[in-house]
Amino acid sequence: MYRTMTKSLLSAILSVCFMVLLTFFMTAPVQASGTIKIGSFLALTGPASFLGDPELKTLQMYVDEINQKGGVLGKKLELIYYDTSGKAKVAKDVVKRLIKKDRVDLIIGGSTSGTTLAVIDIVERERIPLISLAGSIRIIKPVKKWVFKTPHTDRMAAAKIFEDMKKRNISKVALITGNGGFDKSGRAQCLDLAPSYGIKIVADESYNNADTDMTTQLTKIRATDAEAILNFGFGKAPAIVTKNVRQLDIKLPLYQSHGVASKKFIELAGKAADGVRLPAAALIVAEQLPDNDPQKPVLLAYKKKYEAKYGPVSTFGGHAYDGLFIAVEAIERAGSVDKAKVRDEIEKTKGFVGTGGVFNMSPEDHLGLGLDAFKMVEIENGAWKLLY
Amino acid sequence: MRMYEQLLQYLITGITVGSAYALVGLGFAIIYNASDVVNFAQGEFVMIGAMSAIFLNAAGVPYVLSLALAIAITVAVGMALEKFAIEPARNASVVSTIIITIGASILLRGAALLIWGKDIYGLKPFTGEQTIHLGPATLLPQNLWVMGGTAISVLLVKYFFDHTTTGKAILACSYNKKAAYLVGINVKKMLLISYGLSACLGAIAGILIAPITFFTYNAGVMLGLKGFSAAILGGMGNPMGAVAGGLMLGLLESIGAGLISSGYKDAIAFIIILLVLFFKPSGLFGKSEGERV
Repeated sequence: MYRTMTKSLLSAILSVCFMVLLTFFMTAPVQASGTIKIGSFLALTGPASFLGDPELKTLQMYVDEINQKGGVLGKKLELIYYDTSGKAKVAKDVVKRLIKKDRVDLIIGGSTSGTTLAVIDIVERERIPLISLAGSIRIIKPVKKWVFKTPHTDRMAAAKIFEDMKKRNISKVALITGNGGFDKSGRAQCLDLAPSYGIKIVADESYNNADTDMTTQLTKIRATDAEAILNFGFGKAPAIVTKNVRQLDIKLPLYQSHGVASKKFIELAGKAADGVRLPAAALIVAEQLPDNDPQKPVLLAYKKKYEAKYGPVSTFGGHAYDGLFIAVEAIERAGSVDKAKVRDEIEKTKGFVGTGGVFNMSPEDHLGLGLDAFKMVEIENGAWKLLY
Repeated sequence: MRMYEQLLQYLITGITVGSAYALVGLGFAIIYNASDVVNFAQGEFVMIGAMSAIFLNAAGVPYVLSLALAIAITVAVGMALEKFAIEPARNASVVSTIIITIGASILLRGAALLIWGKDIYGLKPFTGEQTIHLGPATLLPQNLWVMGGTAISVLLVKYFFDHTTTGKAILACSYNKKAAYLVGINVKKMLLISYGLSACLGAIAGILIAPITFFTYNAGVMLGLKGFSAAILGGMGNPMGAVAGGLMLGLLESIGAGLISSGYKDAIAFIIILLVLFFKPSGLFGKSEGERV
């Protein structure tokens, strides 16, 4: 009996030791780690992949460059990223993993409005700064403490488009949008803003982003008295809409949103893209800017570096550049990776010259861009032409 | 007058889209006929055909040759699927075999992702993009190719099953495999041929519609699903029924989207199928099945 007692006692002591060691390791503060961890969740596959792909390439390229120059606050940057395929459910799982398992200091992402909106609750609850690369205005209005974004909002795009339409005396517009988060948000903004520009929406068609043919919806539009067509979407669908418009021989002016501001759209739509007008970040027309534009040197530098390694730039990669450098500069100003301090510094970003424009954030404005940060662009002979 | 003009346009769209569904549905019907198995990798055959054509053409192969090679590649994939995944499991139950085809479709999608990446691609149209006016409606030359190509393929398939020994042999396998074997039909070979034929039809559908829509590694999923619905609508196992089902599905989608609501386009198609299945489960053209007690 004594032997059994000793055995049980021994195992008891060992278990206690084991549990103490385990607890010690699990709660050991991670701040001793030597890198600054930047988490990212991007749409690398799926219909939104032409957002996520240049975003990831930009982040990787510049994290490498910053690390080569010595890193931030003497530490190297570490980029930890996951693919969401543009799906909100996956985004939620992946962001939880970034926060709980990878213990990142800050998150840059998602590529789409849908994935961003899905994780806002998590980010607010966990109190970690998030810089989104998505378009919807709902990401920052109403303002959430920990959420920022770098791309222009869909509301700004709608405003810029309506401004241009007003200049061309267009007052009746046919709207055609997809079923994605960006599309739906954009559509809501268009419907909301149109009256203040004297514009009446005479048709409101929709399609599924995975659809392969929109001639039915456009045929309905053709039968109305619309003076212009506005397609608010991104991915391959706007390319199909554009081709269908030409196929149906509809001669009305066609406007797209900044969701198509990438060479892929021109590649897919081909000749049909000629004549399409859209608001876009200055990046795609960088060479056409006047020399005294403060953005020009930043844009040309980014363009040169990206194109040397990967090929034609897209504005989406530019948003990732803005996000990364706003984050890095905020960390430097904060002097630490303390999430609350970094968040405060991001909010204080002033005069940051990025690819999207010159950023001036505030507690009420977690984007910091004005309408003039958008340029009106027309596609001519398969290339972007700066209008104004 | 307005309604008629729109209707004509919907008709054109419906028949174009429906033709693609018809070819995919036909592929389902042929394999089902030969083996009672629903081959859920059918949609992937379409994708492989389209993507092969796109990439061969982009690599410099002459246009027509890349189309032909794309079909050949897909046929090879189809036959390989049969030889290495279906045949070894020939004594498995029908349900198990169907699950094997689902696994195969996932494998093919993954391979496509590795080989061709996740980007979206288009193909140059066969004969240009000049809009053709048909009264108040318009169409592209490619639309005519799709309709014509489908019609020719369907007629060839019908001739194959009605008038050639091999075709009849495949039908014999579907009626009674044992009896067919006893009469001297090489059942294994017939199965191989039917997979090859279905793959061929899938590839044809792919290269016909690639210039109109765009293709990516997972474009086969929705097409496969719609083709499957077309086959069910027409009566599973009835090849011409599948073709009719495909055309009907395309038209219903197009007209439903046009007259009712474009947002619910997919829902309309699937609701119609549910209704058909509730009231006539063997499909519109399938024989009502009875079993001898």
